[in-house]
Amino acid sequence: MSTTTLTKKEGAAPVEEPVLRKPSTRKRLVPYWLLLPGIIWLLVFFALPLVYQASTSVQTGSLEQGFQVTWHFQTYWDAFTEYWPQFVRSLLYAGTATLLCLLLGYPLAYLIAFKAGRWRNLLLVLVIAPFFTSFLIRTLAWKTILADDSLVVDVLNALHVLDVTSWLGWTEGERVLATPMAVVCGLTYNFLPFMILPLYTSLERIDGRLHEAAQDLYASPATTFRKVTFPLSMPGVVSGTLLTFIPASGDYVNAELLGSTDTKMVGNVIQSQFLRVLDYPTAAALSFILMAIVLVMVTVYIRRAGTEDLV
Amino acid sequence: MTDKTAHTGKNTGGGDVRLTGISKAYGSFTAVHPLDLTVPQGSFFALLGASGCGKTTTLRMIAGLEDPSTGTIFLGDKDVTDLPPYKRPVNTVFQSYALFPHMDISENIAFGLRRRGIKSVKKQVDDMLELVQLGDKARHKPHQLSGGQQQRVAVARALINHPQVLLLDEPLGALDLKLRRQMQLELKRIQTEVGITFVHVTHDQEEAMTMADQVAVMNGGRVEQLGAPADLYENPQTTFVANFLGTSNLIEAEVLETGSDVVVTAGGGKLRVPGDRCTSAVRQGGKVLVGVRPEKISLAHADDAGSIADGRNRVTGRIVDSSFIGVSTQYVVNSPAGAELQVYEQNIERDARLRPGAEVVLHWNPAHTFGLDAAQDIDAGVETVEDAG
Repeated sequence: MSTTTLTKKEGAAPVEEPVLRKPSTRKRLVPYWLLLPGIIWLLVFFALPLVYQASTSVQTGSLEQGFQVTWHFQTYWDAFTEYWPQFVRSLLYAGTATLLCLLLGYPLAYLIAFKAGRWRNLLLVLVIAPFFTSFLIRTLAWKTILADDSLVVDVLNALHVLDVTSWLGWTEGERVLATPMAVVCGLTYNFLPFMILPLYTSLERIDGRLHEAAQDLYASPATTFRKVTFPLSMPGVVSGTLLTFIPASGDYVNAELLGSTDTKMVGNVIQSQFLRVLDYPTAAALSFILMAIVLVMVTVYIRRAGTEDLV
Repeated sequence: MTDKTAHTGKNTGGGDVRLTGISKAYGSFTAVHPLDLTVPQGSFFALLGASGCGKTTTLRMIAGLEDPSTGTIFLGDKDVTDLPPYKRPVNTVFQSYALFPHMDISENIAFGLRRRGIKSVKKQVDDMLELVQLGDKARHKPHQLSGGQQQRVAVARALINHPQVLLLDEPLGALDLKLRRQMQLELKRIQTEVGITFVHVTHDQEEAMTMADQVAVMNGGRVEQLGAPADLYENPQTTFVANFLGTSNLIEAEVLETGSDVVVTAGGGKLRVPGDRCTSAVRQGGKVLVGVRPEKISLAHADDAGSIADGRNRVTGRIVDSSFIGVSTQYVVNSPAGAELQVYEQNIERDARLRPGAEVVLHWNPAHTFGLDAAQDIDAGVETVEDAG
């Protein structure tokens, strides 16, 4: 600032200084202009509803008499004590589905990244091909796939797989539909692409010469994977598991369509509190509890995975 | 190390790297034609050639990263042809260094030792960091290091395993000129210190000549010539070697008489070539290529032609270009014997008359002349040198 006033006093001599400054101020503002649409979007569709939700969660009243903010935090405690089994179930189902997605998705992403050659793009299109159909229709299709007289269930029965899963409590008798396994299958199927794509991206970035270097330094292919490939794909593993786990833990469509009353997840409870029971404060409180739990788990997970250390 | 030498000492092969009938074909393209090569134990061996000549493929076959189409590879008396890379007592310094980005420098260097189940690696890693002068960088990640430092880490990571052979794939290619010269000396020092066989792939002829005990010049998937740098330089067997290693003046000539000295005629003048410096085709007569290195030639102004000692080869011509390089002056001379002959004159006593347009006599000791088979491309290896810069 002081230089600007000085140059003005001294007259024409260092003219180039203000000339240089003008575009630089404009340039400095460019990032903010670029951010603006996103910020407005977030404000209107995320921050404001969140504040509204938070206020709802501490209201009391009824639909007939209207709701007032009474700072009734008791709702949180009541909601949690009443519905904790659904919370546990949500995290369990989402966790299992995430693990299954990782186990199914990693080999596939590895294949596409390193071995697919000219088939790479086709395979990637196939990975996202399910998105061409609606989420609901795909989930409904699983109702047919897992129906009692379907081929899949017949085969599983014939192989006595269902005996084992029933003993574990995942299925009931000769049925798959309306059991925990059906819900987890649906979740796994629906969120698999969200696992594969980030995994693929991080695997594809790995320099193939690092594999050669590892093998040159006495690492067998298995050790090379353990010590080089997998650690370097950690950013993909972390973002893939987050993109799967977070939406899966709040999902209610799979439990609704493929499960039974015994497989209700917290998403189902929130949905019915909002739309059927019309107990808005409880529904809002449940949403916040779920959000808090996921936030804490994700923070711990990212800290443990140590991705900020990776290049 | 000692028991290894004692063990292999019994065998005729010693600890040498022996390639017999090694070739590599990708579909219809032959990257390496069947070649036999022996790299003596403890030597600094360079594979020199332009890009695509098969030198890197040869190196990768020794490392086990490429399966040879035919032939066998021996390390000492052991056939390693079918061994996967992680079972070969050979380590590679990659062109791109290929350091593991998720490990720090000391973990990178310890990688090979740990894979072989060695638990206490600290002492060795520290020694190795000392050897490559990076003791203070142990906890840095590779991306925090400069190119030259990364290159030294790559060398340390390979050397710590005491491989039977260290393979270097254009390890200095990514460095700027000054650093490259420095690293050449460094690598040579390390090699002398540890005494391990180094096989060094490069396209830089100067690098090969300054570092290596033996150089194999490769062209089109074949070894053109193999020998000590000075031998290759003084006695090239093909036009490719003559042009690729330094600069040669090649003159088309006709054989007049053969004997202990071969006498040829070129552009109306007679030149003598020592018989033992001619390839066999030359001694049979007919057309030949006569070669002489630019720095072997002296330049005299035409007026002083009489003072040139007898018995020297002479060629008359006219200077078309001269450039002052500091330590020397480079002249380009057109003559009836050949166009654009190169002459490097040391700047000791500069003759002011030697300017473009001046009539001159080029003269040199016949002992510095060599004769090559005329049935080959006179410009082979010329452009490639310019490409490599």
